[in-house]
Amino acid sequence: MTAEQPPPKAEQAPKIVIVDESPIRAAILEEGLREAGYSSVVRISEMQSLLARIYALDPDIIVIDLENPSRDILEQMFQVSRAVRRPIAMFVDQSDAASIQASVDAGVSAYIVDGLKKERIKSILDLCVSRFNAFAKLQDELDRTKMALEERKVIDRAKGILMKLKGLTEEEAYVLLRSTAMREKKKIGEIAQSILTASELLK
Amino acid sequence: MTAPLHIGFIPLVDAAALIIAVDKGYTEAEGLDVNLVREVSWSNVRDKLNIGLFEAAHLLAPVAIASSLGIGHVKVPIVAPFNLGINGNAITVSPALHAAIMAEIDGDRFDPMATARALARVVAARRESGAEPLTFAMTFPFSTHNYQLRFWMAAGGVDPDEDVRLVVLPPPFMVESLENGHVDGFCVGAPWNSIAVDRGVGHILHFAADVLVHAAEKVLAIRQGWAEKNPDVVVRLTRAAIRAAEFIEQPGNRAEAARMLARPERIGVEAEVIQRTLDGRLKISPDGTIRESARYLLIGREGAGRPDPVQAAWLYSQMVRWAQTTVSEEALKAAMAVFRPDLYDAALGVAARPASRPVGAFDGPEFDPRDIAGYLASFKIFRRPV
Repeated sequence: MTAEQPPPKAEQAPKIVIVDESPIRAAILEEGLREAGYSSVVRISEMQSLLARIYALDPDIIVIDLENPSRDILEQMFQVSRAVRRPIAMFVDQSDAASIQASVDAGVSAYIVDGLKKERIKSILDLCVSRFNAFAKLQDELDRTKMALEERKVIDRAKGILMKLKGLTEEEAYVLLRSTAMREKKKIGEIAQSILTASELLK
Repeated sequence: MTAPLHIGFIPLVDAAALIIAVDKGYTEAEGLDVNLVREVSWSNVRDKLNIGLFEAAHLLAPVAIASSLGIGHVKVPIVAPFNLGINGNAITVSPALHAAIMAEIDGDRFDPMATARALARVVAARRESGAEPLTFAMTFPFSTHNYQLRFWMAAGGVDPDEDVRLVVLPPPFMVESLENGHVDGFCVGAPWNSIAVDRGVGHILHFAADVLVHAAEKVLAIRQGWAEKNPDVVVRLTRAAIRAAEFIEQPGNRAEAARMLARPERIGVEAEVIQRTLDGRLKISPDGTIRESARYLLIGREGAGRPDPVQAAWLYSQMVRWAQTTVSEEALKAAMAVFRPDLYDAALGVAARPASRPVGAFDGPEFDPRDIAGYLASFKIFRRPV
């Protein structure tokens, strides 16, 4: 290679394909990649004819979530075939154990086709990991909010029962729930749930 | 108790010895604290074993060999002290392809040579009429499924790389793909063939045992480096798996075993479907035809648990036949060294056991690991290295 030659196509605008059945996570990742200047990003959420679509797109990098059984389909690309280019798996280069660990923890894997510089691959992978983690955090918060909402409903119903049975005001009913929880060293939601259960049984 | 062991598995019936070893308390009795981790892809199992997130795994025997040789992926030596299953796969085809093969067949329908030749005629007729080539699915490039499917069709004159499309599909997608016509047939392990038949979308054409009498399917895979540092744990884990296999193979225990395996966090399908596999008594067509075979899936009987290096050599020869690698004396030795009957014997506390059983392929000469080139030269269809 001489100095006049342009860098390989991949170094200019690597084409990235995201294979993910979660459209929200894929969107979060795509947004992150675009913000980082990677303009050529395609998302695939439909797993039918996956390989044919990937061959048609001819990407430089394929990002796939580790919960996706279709990862095994991608392994076919490593086989000698008429396919255009052969990718290498992220895990092939074991020199960077920490980043491999981080990506497995985050639940993302990547396949990289020859022609990309190592630093560039690393920066893309780091980005995928952080976006996957951000998504997991979001999901976690969402789950917790849902749970909190559920708990609120349970507490409201328990308060209603106490108000009716013991002739308490709403505030008094709540104070009773809270003090019982503290005395029993339990969560207020648990006490409320046991009131609901008991009232069901005694119906 | 030892530090917790993380062992990966794919929800398939041939993970039975591993699952029962844990759920029946055999690992605990050995002082092992095992955490079974259900995985969704062989790639995940391989990678997590390779990088040390798993100490051991339920793994395709050819993946253990490919990983040890560094074929197609990073080189991480694996040892297999226990064979989780012999046979257990089946070739299932769509009702349309089944009818086409039966219309062309000249001979017994359970004779793989007769069906393979019939397939060749179906393929030729499709080519003449300008129809799309048939598509067959298997589970992984390095899998017995891939080699069994290729071996079978090549014997009848069908070149698996030229005359049909051969694609990888994760097992849970197989039945659906057969139903919607994306594939015409597949080779997969239990319970997926039975599920296709139950849904009326497939006919089991062959048990894998029709193609090869005795084929190593899945192994208990352990990273060599870790095994060498923890020989005592390897012995105990292997012993627990041997006990579990003995339990499963007692016909009186099958119902209990099937129930344990059926649990959602294990294999997650109906116990009855699992028991059919364990008993080797399968419904092969939607009309309810039953076929029985004592060789459908061997978990512990007939010495199935003891790894046989000749089996590893045969699998390696298929990697060469289909140009996944090139032949070398050194690689052959390394492939055979993955299967460790010595570790099995150490766990059992007995010395040398009977000689290996023949692979028993329905086509070609008897396999001799000392002459792989000669063995492969006898097959007309193979793939030239690219």
